[in-house]
Amino acid sequence: MASLEIKGVKKRYGTHEILKGIEISVEAGEFLVLVGPSGCGKSTLLNMIAGLDTVSEGDIVIAGRRVNDFHPSERDIAMVFQSYALYPNMTVEQNIAFGMEMRKVPKPERDAAVRDVAKILQLDHLLQRRPSQLSGGQRQRVAMGRALVRKPKIFLFDEPLSNLDAQLRVDMRTEIKKLHQRLGATIVYVTHDQIEAMTLATRIAVMKGGELQQLGTPAQVYNRPANTFVAGFMGSPRMNLAPARLQRNGDGLALEIQMGDRPKAQIPLPPQPPAVSAYAGKEVIAGVRAEAISYRRASNGNDGDARPIVDATIEVTEPTGADTLALLTLGGHEFTARLDPDVELRSGDKAQFRIDMSKLVCFDPQTERLIS
Amino acid sequence: MPEPAGIDSRPTGDTTMQQHWDTPEMAQGKGSLRSRVVIYGLLGFFALVYLLPLIVMVLTSFKPLSEIYAGNIVALPKQWTVEPWVSAWETACVGLSCNGIKGYFWNSTKMTVLAVILSTLIGLLNGYVLTKWKFKGANVLFGLILFGCFIPFQIVLIPMAAFLGKVGIASSTAGLVFVHTVYGLCFTTLYARNYYIAFPDELVKSAMIDGARFFNIFWRILLPNSGPIIIVTVIWQFTNIWNDFLFGASFSTGESAPMTVALNNVVNTSTGERPYNVHMAAAMIAAFPTLLVYIFGGRYFVRGLMAGSVKG
Amino acid sequence: METTDSGASATQEAPRFSRRLQQWLPKLVLSPTLLITLVFVYGFILWTSYLSFTKSRGYPVHELVGFLQYARVWAQPRWSVAIHNLAIFGVLYVAICLFLGLLLAILLDQRIRQEGTLRAIFLYPMALSFIVTGTAWKWMLNPGLGIEKLVREWGWTGFKFDWIVNEDMAIYTVVIAAVWQASGFVMAMFLAGLRGIDQDIIKAASIDGATLPRIYWRIIIPQLRPVFLSSVVILAHLAIKSYDLVVALTGGGPGYATDLPSLFMYAHTFTRNQLGMGAASAVMMLLTVAAIMVPYLYSEVRHARAGGH
Repeated sequence: MASLEIKGVKKRYGTHEILKGIEISVEAGEFLVLVGPSGCGKSTLLNMIAGLDTVSEGDIVIAGRRVNDFHPSERDIAMVFQSYALYPNMTVEQNIAFGMEMRKVPKPERDAAVRDVAKILQLDHLLQRRPSQLSGGQRQRVAMGRALVRKPKIFLFDEPLSNLDAQLRVDMRTEIKKLHQRLGATIVYVTHDQIEAMTLATRIAVMKGGELQQLGTPAQVYNRPANTFVAGFMGSPRMNLAPARLQRNGDGLALEIQMGDRPKAQIPLPPQPPAVSAYAGKEVIAGVRAEAISYRRASNGNDGDARPIVDATIEVTEPTGADTLALLTLGGHEFTARLDPDVELRSGDKAQFRIDMSKLVCFDPQTERLIS
Repeated sequence: MPEPAGIDSRPTGDTTMQQHWDTPEMAQGKGSLRSRVVIYGLLGFFALVYLLPLIVMVLTSFKPLSEIYAGNIVALPKQWTVEPWVSAWETACVGLSCNGIKGYFWNSTKMTVLAVILSTLIGLLNGYVLTKWKFKGANVLFGLILFGCFIPFQIVLIPMAAFLGKVGIASSTAGLVFVHTVYGLCFTTLYARNYYIAFPDELVKSAMIDGARFFNIFWRILLPNSGPIIIVTVIWQFTNIWNDFLFGASFSTGESAPMTVALNNVVNTSTGERPYNVHMAAAMIAAFPTLLVYIFGGRYFVRGLMAGSVKG
Repeated sequence: METTDSGASATQEAPRFSRRLQQWLPKLVLSPTLLITLVFVYGFILWTSYLSFTKSRGYPVHELVGFLQYARVWAQPRWSVAIHNLAIFGVLYVAICLFLGLLLAILLDQRIRQEGTLRAIFLYPMALSFIVTGTAWKWMLNPGLGIEKLVREWGWTGFKFDWIVNEDMAIYTVVIAAVWQASGFVMAMFLAGLRGIDQDIIKAASIDGATLPRIYWRIIIPQLRPVFLSSVVILAHLAIKSYDLVVALTGGGPGYATDLPSLFMYAHTFTRNQLGMGAASAVMMLLTVAAIMVPYLYSEVRHARAGGH
């Protein structure tokens, strides 16, 4: 039985439709991340799952029970907020125990539960403190503790890391992932940060404009994006997308990239599936990730590498330490390449690069959908 | 660019903590001495002018009547006496009875404390409902309530007098408590609403998920964190209700009159040789509570002034 | 793992009644205030307005007479004096308060060490009842014993300051006392406004070579326009409602020299048994206040809605 089912859920404010029919099924123990740009409706959807917002059409089903009409406290969920939402006038202990107090759980049980959770999250020494006396990371853990103690069927996270600084964010991300693995909990997590989505999720739901763009594993979303939006949104740097023409090249196909009257670039392709071959002679949008492009040292000669070679000019280089991102002009179009950090190239240099065309994805120029 | 608090904003905070800026001269330590003298001089002069009535009141209230006629208003008493104060409190004549103003002081106290508590509590609940529970037309209803703050109260005097008479609480402390509560609700609702609008919604959501319902959220989450606005509201209401005269004069007579009405009576209906010292002592007694509140609650007093009066 | 009852697994659905109650509770809680406002604000306004069109004298009479009462009010010389006084008093009160308030605010903005104390001194009059203020100033302005005597004792033997008993000058004493009371408040508003001005603009002007007075005149004061507006509206509102101060200071006298619409209304309602006239004067007061507040409120609401912060 699925832990959470979102069935044809729509949300309207007056005549304006914010969510246009979302269909997602979450299995027990899954970590589902709702990701998308601001305004895409992910937070609205989360609020509807929690019961903090009403459903205009469709059903929310938790553990086989339709919960549309249930009060948030009756849905067997727990929520962690972006601002942690710790009650400022209560100690950490009282914060964690508040829900149980509302449900009239007897004190000895409450205390025991709080102690258990405090141990898991290493909050034992902080129990008598007030939220104002805690650091950001500690507050986040208290917020999680408050959620944990409910032993809910589903944990909901609403951009919990957005208020933390970069390094702390990375640390807390790992904490959340470890917690998920230890507890095997079902989690629905909202973020606008696609890196968080990629690292945490078992499945990602990419949303835009109230619609589900793609629902898949991180690998699927990264390597086979369903449309150009997903391709451009997920992954950093974003996937290179260029208008191109599929040409017949002897027995196979080649990709021809040309902007205006700039020199043409023609790249032979490995054998393609029939759906792609059907586009021979037509325009497509070609997509290839930055890491598929690597620098070919002139000295290497023909080293048995089957990947096609192209000539390109360097526009800008951005050394990040771990690698160097280079902006290339190829066929008049700009591509970002992820190069080895010790490659010594400068703006203006002309050089040769290999592109791994097995990683190529093509999109229909009209529908912007993946050709597959 | 921040403006005085409008309908949708919170009470402006403390104005003491803002940074100042330096002109290049000041930054180079060349602030003109002459201009500083002028500035401090002007400020000192105005300070004196503003303090003068208070000083005069105090001085006059400690002088025997003979000195008042003999000397001038800023002359120090040659013979300090508390007799005027005792007289004001115990034997001053208000109307036909000459039992001092103590009874009326007590009336004002009862009336003010009750009205402040009632109007503040109801106002807080109203603010809570208007900001944390979405329903259609909340803003319209708020506007309707807010309008009451702006009417000249002359417009309600006649019907209210009739109403109080019909209900049987005319000329009583209860009647005044009722009137002050009714016409204080717009202010207390305004303050609470502006304060709670800025109160994090996520705290309320979290409490909901935790199982708290309407009143629990209010008692356990909102109220314990409402210190500042409660103080501001209480100070504002206390000051206005204690200082009111119009309602007191219109709706109470004789024994149930508040302090302000009694004071006016004492000062304006004495015949023969006027005991100015007693008048001043009575005025000081009347002024004490609100002055005390002002001195101790200064910062919150200002906040109340800004948020309430700057009302858009 | 399945120990603590998380509520929902035990109960299927909360009882219908409590669920409906919860939905209606917020509205229920708000309704007393709404009801009170509807009756005691709007209802009473309507009632007074209705009375103003009736023949009521000592008690309400339900006989409509059109604008008779209004005509009778305007026919009273006392009313003309009251209106005239309101105009003089109002204009002077607002203008002097604005000027003093702005001046004091600017002075206090100059990094004064005792700023807190000084602010407290200028503001304390607001904490006093108008009756106290009136009483204090009445004493200070006492011809023969007050300021007049003081200045004479200081050497200026010909000094005359009997405005308070002078028919032509008495209204100005009301202005003095009222300004003393309210200018601190205007000062507080301007001070807050001054403190809210973007410092970078001023630094830029300094670099451009503008002197301090110039900066104030050309850059800062124009940016205080919203404060000016708010202050004018509030002060005008206070002026129209002025009652307590005049009663304590002059009693409306000498004669009717310091009469104001509010006193007129009170007298005709409670002492002269002219309910109709009292109601008519009250309605006119309301309309005057509305004429000022409604446009202001409207523009504020629109401004706020358009996100013009």
